[in-house]
Amino acid sequence: MKNTGRLPNIRNLGILLRVLIIANTALALIAYTLSTDLADFFQRMTAISALAQPMLLSSLLLLYGSYPLITRLSYKQGLTAILALVILCTAIIYKLFAQLWVFDDLPGLTRILFTALFISALTLYYFNLRYRAHSPAVTEARLQALQARIRPHFLFNSINAVLSLIRSQPKQAETALEDMADLFRVLMADNRELVPLAQEMALCRQYLALEKLRLNERLNIQWQIDNMPPDAMIPPLVLQPLVENAVYHGIEPLTSGGTITIQIYTKLNEIHLILKNPYSTPNHHQHGNKMALGNIKERLSLHFDLEASLKSKQEKGVYEVHIVLPHQKQKH
Amino acid sequence: MSMLNILIADDEAPARNRLHDLLADIGNTHIVAEAKNGKEALQRADELQPDIVLLDIRMPEMDGIEAAQHLQKLPRPPAIIFTTAFDNYAIQAFDMNAVDYLLKPIRLERLEKALQKARALQPQQLAALTPLSPRKTHLTIAERGRILLVPVDDIIYLRAELKYVTVRTAEREYLIEESLTHLEQEFDSLFIRLHRNCLVAHAYILGYEKRINDEHGEKQWVALLKHVPETVTVSRRQQHLIRMT
Repeated sequence: MKNTGRLPNIRNLGILLRVLIIANTALALIAYTLSTDLADFFQRMTAISALAQPMLLSSLLLLYGSYPLITRLSYKQGLTAILALVILCTAIIYKLFAQLWVFDDLPGLTRILFTALFISALTLYYFNLRYRAHSPAVTEARLQALQARIRPHFLFNSINAVLSLIRSQPKQAETALEDMADLFRVLMADNRELVPLAQEMALCRQYLALEKLRLNERLNIQWQIDNMPPDAMIPPLVLQPLVENAVYHGIEPLTSGGTITIQIYTKLNEIHLILKNPYSTPNHHQHGNKMALGNIKERLSLHFDLEASLKSKQEKGVYEVHIVLPHQKQKH
Repeated sequence: MSMLNILIADDEAPARNRLHDLLADIGNTHIVAEAKNGKEALQRADELQPDIVLLDIRMPEMDGIEAAQHLQKLPRPPAIIFTTAFDNYAIQAFDMNAVDYLLKPIRLERLEKALQKARALQPQQLAALTPLSPRKTHLTIAERGRILLVPVDDIIYLRAELKYVTVRTAEREYLIEESLTHLEQEFDSLFIRLHRNCLVAHAYILGYEKRINDEHGEKQWVALLKHVPETVTVSRRQQHLIRMT
């Protein structure tokens, strides 16, 4: 796979959407230039669309189907292949229309092909520019900068908790230090690659075990993960910072504690991660929470573009974060 | 040296245990009580009159900073040593105002030193700490040698009368020595000034009614309140506020 990333991934929803927008904008511009007034514009746009949309959509369908083949080519070969496929597709549709067309003002084939070629080249150029702007070096630097950072508050409180255990419960202190070591190994690791969901869950459990040490019966966790796909790939440290927020903002301010609900399931080839925690107003630590959410949002979009989303809301004393991301299985 | 009576306030059991262990190592100290939040610390301190309170900053219900401000009003205010795991803002403020604090995990020598030099906070030190606490959750009221805590959320209205302010809750009235302007600034979002001498809690306003004023025979707006029969007159100047609600 020589061109991984350089050619647009036509199977990605965000890319498809962008192609459609660019192509239709170009078509609208053509109609606008030719038209005399608004009514004329709409008329021309309809006429152009009747011909161009089938060409556009069938080209995309063809490219969607042949995407695995295209990715095996080098960048230049890939570009040529894409343009050739578009030309081929456009010509076939044109021929079909030439036989069925009821109007007599069908433009010449050469013109149509030239326009299709031009729009395709323009789109590919846009993706090339976009790729360079988001080149691995840039993206990786951003990912690294965005890596979730654990709260120092948590680190020092945990060490303090472990210290208190050493004299009375040395066994428990051992386990706690082991959990801490694992947790920090992940936090300090290179976290740019996707990891299996099961791994992130294990991390959350270790984190919560440490928090349980401090908060004891104040911290209750409800896991609703029967339909969790453990092999699904997610960006690392997506869930743990959210759980940390839930403890910090949701549980710690409550004298008698509360319950954090973690719900994970798949639906229509998408993974849903839902996290709920009690929420007591007024919350003056909002800022830290917003930062963590922004950070996760940006990492999701760097990995999945428009296919992932993160929403948060608060309702009736419950704060909820809902993440949706595409179900990608581990590559073997 | 006489035995030091110490009160430990921290919401986390391991943190309290750790202080227990360390104080036992130091010796010559007596732990009079433990508290899980600022409110409890204040009640215990009021009963037991400790010499020193080891006070965690981040606690539920009432944080350490607010607790310190209330503790200061006790007849015999204890010395306060704050403890915290990490709080940049607080530490800066402590350093600037020479307030005693210990960083968690707490070291034996540091604790020992802090106990030796511990003394009650000065008013100006306390004033400097006020911005660290987001908003007071309680008002302290000194009454016959006791300290009462009134949750701010329970207050229906605050009315200035001569040199006192009457604090009205559903159950009863209290008197405090505070300026109404100061209270208005502190609890800005909770209360609305319906009259020159009266702040009313948004949460307790049922509605407004136009009534004949007995003295002048003029019609005047009054606010109807939850839980109490009395009403609060809306002054002419504040009538525009009614329309907004």
